[in-house]
Amino acid sequence: MNVEMQSAGSSTDEIDFQEVPTFESEVPNRISGFPFPFRDDVYRYSTNVEPALQLVQTEAGSWGDRIIDIDSNYLEELNLRETVLRLDPTRLQVMSHMRPAAWDAITTVLPQMAATYPDIMKFERQGNQCRWQNGLQDIDLEFTVGADETLPEGPLHFLGSQIQDDIVLMDQREGSLWLDAGLVTFAADWSVGFDVGMRFLEIHGPVPRVHEERIITRAHQFLLRLQPGEQYRRTNWTMTVDRRLDTSTETYPEWGKDRTLVVDDPTLPDRLHLRVEVQHLIKLPATGALLFLVRTYLASLREIATVPEWRTRLGKVLEELPSDMAEYKGIDRYRNAAAHWLQGGD
Amino acid sequence: MTAIPVAMRPRVSKQMILEVVDVRDLSPKVRSFSFASISGQQLPAFVPGSHIVVELGSKSNSYSLTGSGQYPDAYTISVALAPEGNGGSKAMHQLQVGDSIKVSYPRSAFAPVASARHHLFIAAGIGITPILSHARAAEELGRSSSLMYVFRPTSGVHLQECRSIYGTTLTEYTDRESFNSSLRSALLNQPIGTHLYVCGPAGFMSSVLRLAEEMGWPTERLHSEHFEADVQGPGKNFQVTLAQSGQTITVPGTKSLLEALEGIGISVPNMCRKGVCGECAVPVLKGRVEHRDLYLTDEEKALHETVMCCVSRAQEQELELDL
Ligand code: FES
Repeated sequence: MNVEMQSAGSSTDEIDFQEVPTFESEVPNRISGFPFPFRDDVYRYSTNVEPALQLVQTEAGSWGDRIIDIDSNYLEELNLRETVLRLDPTRLQVMSHMRPAAWDAITTVLPQMAATYPDIMKFERQGNQCRWQNGLQDIDLEFTVGADETLPEGPLHFLGSQIQDDIVLMDQREGSLWLDAGLVTFAADWSVGFDVGMRFLEIHGPVPRVHEERIITRAHQFLLRLQPGEQYRRTNWTMTVDRRLDTSTETYPEWGKDRTLVVDDPTLPDRLHLRVEVQHLIKLPATGALLFLVRTYLASLREIATVPEWRTRLGKVLEELPSDMAEYKGIDRYRNAAAHWLQGGD
Repeated sequence: MTAIPVAMRPRVSKQMILEVVDVRDLSPKVRSFSFASISGQQLPAFVPGSHIVVELGSKSNSYSLTGSGQYPDAYTISVALAPEGNGGSKAMHQLQVGDSIKVSYPRSAFAPVASARHHLFIAAGIGITPILSHARAAEELGRSSSLMYVFRPTSGVHLQECRSIYGTTLTEYTDRESFNSSLRSALLNQPIGTHLYVCGPAGFMSSVLRLAEEMGWPTERLHSEHFEADVQGPGKNFQVTLAQSGQTITVPGTKSLLEALEGIGISVPNMCRKGVCGECAVPVLKGRVEHRDLYLTDEEKALHETVMCCVSRAQEQELELDL
């Protein structure tokens, strides 16, 4: 098996706190901004970590020039997050020692977001006094760093109400990373309520092939070495039936059976979605906690097929994928049907 | 196969140019310097206990930042004049307000443990500098902490700041005997879940850590700050083969591997040249490394896949490098 460590290249050390690039705040359409993750017709696990903020050209457009990406689903997804949270408050977890890290995440992410979308957002800070304006939600709010009561639902919930990303905060101690806080409503078959308080290496225990390749331990060592202010990213993918963002372990009874039912469904190309996560790994400056932002993108097979190169490539990847990996990703039941359709079958 | 490909290691080379905005004498030998952004921009926050690498002329030295790190408008360090040092501190003492200076982004290598129930800080002499950063952060964040500070009668650097944080609970020692006797009872009487942080001369730190271990403290709860690897004097000669070019060179006992490589025109990125920054990692293909650095983890050292070429050497006669 050929496992490639993707080299981060020599410009990896560029940290810049002040110069966040600016962009037009126009919203790209779902496909032109879709982070199509395959660079090859064969997919294997790798420690595919690269510096953040690098633009990637795809056959349909581009992605990757911003940490916080807002698209036309913004309000809809944030509403969905609130609904999920209301039904299941365990999706938000903050161990008490992570409160400073949650504030660190706020004072790191909101300024970035304001710099990315200067026409509609603004962040100002004077000492611990902050002001946040978000035109998309009609918010104009003042709060005090460190004072939880100055944000309606506390810092982590508030941050989760401003960005489409799921949020995980890892503490670093005893030579390990610990998942000690998170707001995760759009998980791909895992659950923050279950994983909270666990070490990074425990959480990643059951992934097939990964231990033999030492990929996870390498990733862990890499993350432990990150210095405050550094920002990296990686992509991960799976597939989901329908445009369902909340596929966490808790709601399995609601979505699990669709995995089987979709196989013979003539509407499979519209129901089956490629699900891509762009994960940002940010070492927070004031606390040294590691912030994982997980932004989930969904595109149906039919949408994918509008880009001929993607159609062919995804078909080949799905066809070739070893069965243990397909099983782990939960796509083993329907991946042949999907590959068949993508390759021109019906 | 390398533990982590060298190219994937975060590097420190990112620097900023700052302006000296304040210089003040804290004692006859210790001077404090504050640096701020020339353009008036906000400086990055930093983790308590962080240091910056200051580049001055041909010398680079690490200094602890003394602020809490939360939303700093300047970076402040305290520099003790070391007449027998490499000249770095002498050059620093010549700095004046208005000078500009090149510093690395803050590096965290002595972070507080956020989940600790209590933080016991122990400082001796100039070792107070990173501890002061911790103490200030603990106060601002409302974390439980206490400080034991050992200093010579006339040179309690930053004593006023420590007193204003801790008031009467600050314990001060002007001789080693009284410190030693109260250390034992302090180590016995901490709340469960206390983490200990010590900074000072190497001998001081190792005696504190040794006593704590003897008294049953788990090593995960003991933290100490080194600035420099213990470079154990000159080493033995060894041979190095460079796999990519097939060249073989001898590294004499008086020179570092980095210097030997530079001698034949091979430049390796480097910064601290003291085994702390992690910049000069080179992949090892064959041979066992005599690790002298403070950068690699014990696990990584045991693999002998990477050598920090500014300080480390070969255990046996030969090393083969992926260069
Ligand atoms: S140059 Fe810093 S570790 Fe070698």
